[in-house]
Amino acid sequence: MLLIRCPYCEEERPELEFRNAGEAHIARSANMAGESDDDFEKFFFIRSNPKGIIYERWRHMHGCARFFNAVRDTVTDKFIMTYKAGEPKPAKLPKDSNEVVAK
Amino acid sequence: MSGAFRIPSAGRLSQAKTARFSFDGQSYSGIEGDTLASALLANGVHLVGRSFKYHRPRGVLSAGAEEPNALVQIVRDDARKTPNVRATVQELYDGLAANSQNRWPSLSFDVGAVNDIASPMFSAGFYYKTFMWPKAAWKSLYEPKIREAAGLGVSPDRPDPDHYSSRYAHCDVLVLGGGAAGIAAALAAAGTGVRVILADEQAEFGGSLRFESGAKIDGQDGFAWAQAAIARLSAMDNVRVLPRTTAFGYYAQNFVALVERVSDHLKAPGHDLPRERLWQVRAKRVVLASGAIERHMVFANNDRPGIMLAGAARTFLNHYGVAVGRNVGVYTANDSAYAAAIDLKKAGVNVAAIVDLRDNPTGPVIDEARALGIEINFGRAVIRAGGKLRVSSMTVQPKNGGGERTIPVDAILMSAGWTPSVHLFSQSRGKVAFNHETQRFVPGTYAQDCVSVGACNGTDGLSATVDEAYAAGAKAAKDAGAKTAKGTKPKVDASENWSRGMLGAAPGAGPDTTVKAFVDFQNDVTAKDIRQAVHEGMRSIEHVKRFTTNGMATDQGKTSNMHGLAIAAETLGKPIPEVGLTTFRAPYTPVTFGAIVSHARGPLFDPTRKTAIHPWAEAHGAVFEDVGQWKRAWYFPKAGEDMHAAVDRECVAVRNQAGLFDASTLGKIEVVGPDAAKFMELLYTNPWEKLEPGRCRYGIMLREDGFIYDDGVVGRLAPDRFHVTTTTGGAPRVMNHMEDYLQTEFPHLNVWLTSITEQWAVIAVQGPSARKIIEPLVEGIDMSDEALPHMSVREGKICGVPTRLFRMSFTGERGFEVNVPADYGQAVWEALWAEGQKHGAAAYGTEAMHVLRAEKGYIIVGQDTDGTVTPNDAGLDWAVGKKKTDFVGIRGMMRPDLVAKGRKQLVGLKTKDPKVVLEEGAQIVEDPKQAIPMKMIGHVTSSYWSQNCGRSIALALVTGGRDRMGDTLYVPMPNGVIEVEVTGMVFFDETGGRLNG
Ligand SMILES: [Zn+2]
Repeated sequence: MLLIRCPYCEEERPELEFRNAGEAHIARSANMAGESDDDFEKFFFIRSNPKGIIYERWRHMHGCARFFNAVRDTVTDKFIMTYKAGEPKPAKLPKDSNEVVAK
Repeated sequence: MSGAFRIPSAGRLSQAKTARFSFDGQSYSGIEGDTLASALLANGVHLVGRSFKYHRPRGVLSAGAEEPNALVQIVRDDARKTPNVRATVQELYDGLAANSQNRWPSLSFDVGAVNDIASPMFSAGFYYKTFMWPKAAWKSLYEPKIREAAGLGVSPDRPDPDHYSSRYAHCDVLVLGGGAAGIAAALAAAGTGVRVILADEQAEFGGSLRFESGAKIDGQDGFAWAQAAIARLSAMDNVRVLPRTTAFGYYAQNFVALVERVSDHLKAPGHDLPRERLWQVRAKRVVLASGAIERHMVFANNDRPGIMLAGAARTFLNHYGVAVGRNVGVYTANDSAYAAAIDLKKAGVNVAAIVDLRDNPTGPVIDEARALGIEINFGRAVIRAGGKLRVSSMTVQPKNGGGERTIPVDAILMSAGWTPSVHLFSQSRGKVAFNHETQRFVPGTYAQDCVSVGACNGTDGLSATVDEAYAAGAKAAKDAGAKTAKGTKPKVDASENWSRGMLGAAPGAGPDTTVKAFVDFQNDVTAKDIRQAVHEGMRSIEHVKRFTTNGMATDQGKTSNMHGLAIAAETLGKPIPEVGLTTFRAPYTPVTFGAIVSHARGPLFDPTRKTAIHPWAEAHGAVFEDVGQWKRAWYFPKAGEDMHAAVDRECVAVRNQAGLFDASTLGKIEVVGPDAAKFMELLYTNPWEKLEPGRCRYGIMLREDGFIYDDGVVGRLAPDRFHVTTTTGGAPRVMNHMEDYLQTEFPHLNVWLTSITEQWAVIAVQGPSARKIIEPLVEGIDMSDEALPHMSVREGKICGVPTRLFRMSFTGERGFEVNVPADYGQAVWEALWAEGQKHGAAAYGTEAMHVLRAEKGYIIVGQDTDGTVTPNDAGLDWAVGKKKTDFVGIRGMMRPDLVAKGRKQLVGLKTKDPKVVLEEGAQIVEDPKQAIPMKMIGHVTSSYWSQNCGRSIALALVTGGRDRMGDTLYVPMPNGVIEVEVTGMVFFDETGGRLNG
């Protein structure tokens, strides 16, 4: 079972308390009704599914109930870092997930 | 006497404490502290089972968890019959009853052994090749027969009466393995004061100190030192010592699962003790001290009972005081078996000969064996064993060929060397590295915060092991935050040293032979099978493994993996690391379902939710149905009524007088805040800004893809307060959906969401007399049609408690839904029930509710919709705000396929024969005479007998359904085709007059 750091609770908690909520940084258009078919397809259907670093949304379901973002390595399952919803995609990632854990 | 092979001067068990036990009905005597294996061997019983595929007689190979052969059924009573228990692990208790497995009619005469004679048929890949053709025979003939013959042991046929427990634990340093290495690491870590857990799979700590008679630590015999150290550790507050506890799974971030066998070793455990306890431990640092496992020699008939690992024979002698024979032979490729020969010889057992594959090894153990007068044969191989139910001889030959010599023996002790137990390290996702010099895989690259010490790390010798382990324990503690260290490193005064050995088949079982030289005993895989797999094209060890099943039995190839790999590598002409080691997976040893499931079974498997009115329903004879986790009253049968009669009566009562229905399970969410209306506009298709406080509206919620997600009536209590209802099953996901949008897409909106499902009990009062029933109990609410019209809501009091009184209807009758704080739910229900009795009201359940709503064509999301239905498909276009510029799903709804012609639409169906009730889920076709497979144009979503309509009614999703009004369609069923007419969805009171009736 993974340990996940909730950026709102500022604590590492067991995976059981969380629920994955899909890929992060896919913004809903402010002019949704006016989106082209192609743009809607990109927004709704297309996901990156990378081998390696993924930016994804999690919810601290059985804790503070907040949605937040996480950077995870899909190969090692390691959480590189977590940050609050609405914060920009981190420009630089820490080298080792342990650094984040230690913080 | 506890067995003819017990040597009173040897071993550590107290001869005074005898324990009776039985094996295959025969009664024997053992000693407390024995395992079943040692007790059987003490009585001279070596034949304990039959092998899986060839039904060959098998004995005890090992003295521990790696045992592939000695699998038995332990029978405590009719319900407790545990199969596949390793006799080498099962501790003896007085009265223990065990049976052998995989034999019929008896262990010594087994009909299935014909497989052994017919074995050329059962070579590697046999199942894949033989049962390919004819295809039809697989299902009818081959599979059932194979299933009957396959499997080891017999499952119990009754529910498990034992209970299991489960605990989470955290520690700074988790030490896995309680031999010299593990104990030294634990001592070092514990001395710093950090929290330490030390676990070992055996009943007693000590690991190989159980048999290493040459080990001395801190001036004591090694095993005695271990017991003293464990006593010290157990007395420390910061240490938890867990014997009989196997770490079976190593998961992410130092999360380790262990199973503690709490009472399997007790005669009468008593019900207050769990059988097993699952420990889920999160450790800052893990020290792996899992030791090494001895390998057998691969030669012809190396599976005969009486042939065992040298270290095991030594354990049986030095720990249990049992001689595994009176005239033993030794076959080895390394030094360690010499120590076994020496110990046995000193205990008075005749050692017929040591056969050593090595040419001219030298060393103290060889000198000592020679000095004891044991015959030693260098450069020779045992090419076959004689005997069937028990080994009777070993045939020796110079390893490069030459004259054979047969030596009578009653046991053969063998050792091909020791394999580091890297299972847990591998499970931690660490990568092993092959050491060419020592020919073994050892931990290479670490993936987690753990460290391997001692034999599992390829460290040879007790001194080096204790040094390494003590330092690692201290470092682990320091890394986990220890500030100070105290204690002294144990001092090794004497130790035994050996390493090396061989991998693969021994001479006599080489490529030019067809002998049965077993690599994997549990799955009956021979050296020949592995070569054949390579010859048939398997290149990767993963393929060889699956083709031959080598290492795939429940012992996970603890003794066989390295031999199998070496034979495959040799056949391929490749170095071992290029062929690769198979990945080790959890569990390390088999784990019971009970330990994993723990308390989560029966009523505790899933929470059961009951409404405040549940006790009343129960007392009034309700039959309940499960709706998600909820228990809902399904119908209320009176004496003599079946479900059909009860539902008919309930439905008629609602339309003619009134009915009371417990609607408490409806999901309820309060949407509050200055931007509440704006939020509702975005989450629902309907317009909300202009809905006046005190009024209600039926809302539809879509997903972004434009399909219906949920629905429910929403009441606006105040400009900034909405009382939203959801479907019973949909409440949690609707709440999640709302929170998701509020937190991440519309965080600028000033809104709070609160789940109030369990705060409010809901009593639906429906029918022409509904108002008369409620009115006398209500204070502060004008209930006239003018003041409280259909689809409105008022706050006031009922029976003196607060209520949110909705005027709404899911039946088509004049209806109310009385919300009261859940604590008052049953009291208010009883008051309403008392009033209702004056007007002929009935209590009705979910079945009548479904019929009544279907009579009116009201849909149920999730039954009449399936996640691919748009509001238009469901005939609910009127509920979509046409002037709105945004809501979740607005764009999805416009997708070309969702606005195309020919979509499935929700319609009504009437069977031509009004008495025929369609089956929900039945498929609909246009032409019943077409060839199979027919073109299906839709399916029935809801179907009931309607007593009020005097006929059956149904709803269905049909392609282009609204253009087919009046058409005849067909529902083909096994007993014939049913004719139906396409109709509108409202079957009763089409004008809706009864809402105010
Ligand atoms: Zn949180």
